[in-house]
Amino acid sequence: MPDDRVLIRGTSEGLVITLGAGDLGTLLRELDERLSSTASFFRGGRVALHVGPRELTTEELEALGQTISRNGVSLWAVIGKNAATQAAAEALGLETTFSSQATPSPAVASPPSREPRPGRDEGPVLSGVEGQLETEVEDAALRLAQDMDLGVLVRRTLRSGQVIQHPGHVVVIGDVNPGAEIIAGGDVMVWGKLRGIVHAGATGDDGAVVCALSLAPLQLRIGNHIARAPEGREGLPERPEMASVQDGEIVAEPWEK
Amino acid sequence: MPARVITITSGKGGVGKTTATANLGVALALLGQRVVTIDADIGLRNLDVVMGLENRIVYDIVNVVEGVCRLRQALVKDKRLAELYLLPAAQTRDKSAVGPEDMVQVCEQMRNDYDFVLIDSPAGIEQGFRNAIAPADEVLIVTTPEVSAVRDADRIIGLIEAKEKGPARLIINRIKPDMVKRGDMLDTSDVMEILAIDLIGIVPEDEAIIISTNKGVPVALDVTGQAGLAFHNIAHRLLGEDVPFMTIKDTSGFLGRFARFVRS
Repeated sequence: MPDDRVLIRGTSEGLVITLGAGDLGTLLRELDERLSSTASFFRGGRVALHVGPRELTTEELEALGQTISRNGVSLWAVIGKNAATQAAAEALGLETTFSSQATPSPAVASPPSREPRPGRDEGPVLSGVEGQLETEVEDAALRLAQDMDLGVLVRRTLRSGQVIQHPGHVVVIGDVNPGAEIIAGGDVMVWGKLRGIVHAGATGDDGAVVCALSLAPLQLRIGNHIARAPEGREGLPERPEMASVQDGEIVAEPWEK
Repeated sequence: MPARVITITSGKGGVGKTTATANLGVALALLGQRVVTIDADIGLRNLDVVMGLENRIVYDIVNVVEGVCRLRQALVKDKRLAELYLLPAAQTRDKSAVGPEDMVQVCEQMRNDYDFVLIDSPAGIEQGFRNAIAPADEVLIVTTPEVSAVRDADRIIGLIEAKEKGPARLIINRIKPDMVKRGDMLDTSDVMEILAIDLIGIVPEDEAIIISTNKGVPVALDVTGQAGLAFHNIAHRLLGEDVPFMTIKDTSGFLGRFARFVRS
C-alpha cells in the first residue's frame, strides 16, 4: 500500500494510526497532513500508534506525539514488536498494549446499548464503557468507532445530546431527533425521521450522501458544504429523500430505485 | 413488597415536576399507599411549600446524610394524610452536599417501611439530576407541549436510557385544549412522535394549580378539578390499573359550556 503508509482506522480500541515502512520524516509530514485535513473529525480524541517492527527512539516517539497533539488528538499507546521501541514508549509513560487499558477514548466509546450486536466481540469495550458511564454519563452518550472499513449500524433512536461519531458509514434504524448529531466519514442513512444534525463525508469527502425516510435535518453538512433547513417549513417530508452535493450545493432529491 | 422508588424529572425547569410530585404523593396516599416524597432540589427547595409543610421542617436530607439526625426525625408527616411524608431538601446548602451514593442509601433505608418513594428532581442534567436519578427504579418525565421542553425531555430520556433505569414514562403537563385546537400548541401526538416513550398521563392547564401551589394545598386532595383528576388517573396507572386517558375538554366549546352550566 504505497499510498497508505499512514493508515488511520477506528477499531474496538478506538482510533489507531498504523505507520507503514519508509522514512520517518516523510511519515511525520504525511501524518500531519492527514490529521490536519480531517481535524474536526479527530479533535479531542485519543489515538494508539501501531508501529510494527520499526525501532523508534524516545526522541522519535516524542516527535510523533507532538505531531499528533498539534492536531488536537492525544497519543495514549504505542503498539510495536520492537523491544527498544517498547522501552522508549514506556519511558514516555505510554501504554504498550491495549489490554491494560480497556477504557476506550472519550471521543470514541461504544454506545451504552443493551441491544446485542451480533457477530462482534464486545467484551472489553463494553466493560470499559460501563466504567466510563459512572463518571461521565452525559458525554458517554453514543460515541463510537468500530470497524471503520464497514461502518456502523445503530438500532435505536438517537436523542437530543447524543452523538455518533464514526470514521465510516453510519446506518440508523430509528429516528434522529432534534439536538442529536451524526458525524460520519462516509455516508449516512437513516431508516426513520432525520431531524438532528448530520455531517456526512466529514473527512472532506464531497461525494458522500445522506438519505432518510423523512429527511428534515436542522442542518446538513456534506464534506465541506453546509445547508440548513428552509425556514418556516412545516411538517415532515413524506417521501424518502437523498441529499448529495451537486455543483457545489447540497441538494435533496426523492430517493427512488 | 419493598417500596418503588420513582424519580420525577424533566430537564427543563418550570414544567411542573414539583407539582406533579406533590400531587402524585397525595393521590397515592389517598389510595391507601404509604408514600414518602423527597425534595432533591437542595438549595432551592420548593416541595415543602407546594405541600404546605414548610413550617414543620426541623431536619432535612443533608442532616440525614451527615448523620446529624436519624431519617425518621427528618421525615415531615403530612397534615392531612396519615401515610404521606416529606423528606425536605436543605435550603442553606447546595447540590454537592449530597452524592448519588447517599441518595441510594437513604432510599434503601425506606424500602421496607413504605410503598412509594417519589423523588422530585431539580432541573438540569448536573449533579442534582444525577443524585435524583441514582436510586430510581422508575422514572417519570414531565414535559409541557413546548418545543424547548420536549427537546430537554428527549435529552433526559437519552441520559436515563444510558443509566439503564428501565423505560421512562411521560407526563404531558399544561395542555391547553383551545390552543391545540387552533393549531397554536403541540398536541399529544406531536410530543409522542418525537419522544416515543410510554405515556402515563396528560394534565390540562388548570388555574386551580396556581392557587393550590400558593396555598400549599395540592389539587389532588380534591378530584373535582381537571388537573386533580388527571393526577389521580396517573396514580391509578402507577398501581397497574388500566385507566383510559381523559379527553381534555375544550372549555370554550359546546361541551365545556354545558359542563360549566351543570356544575353551577
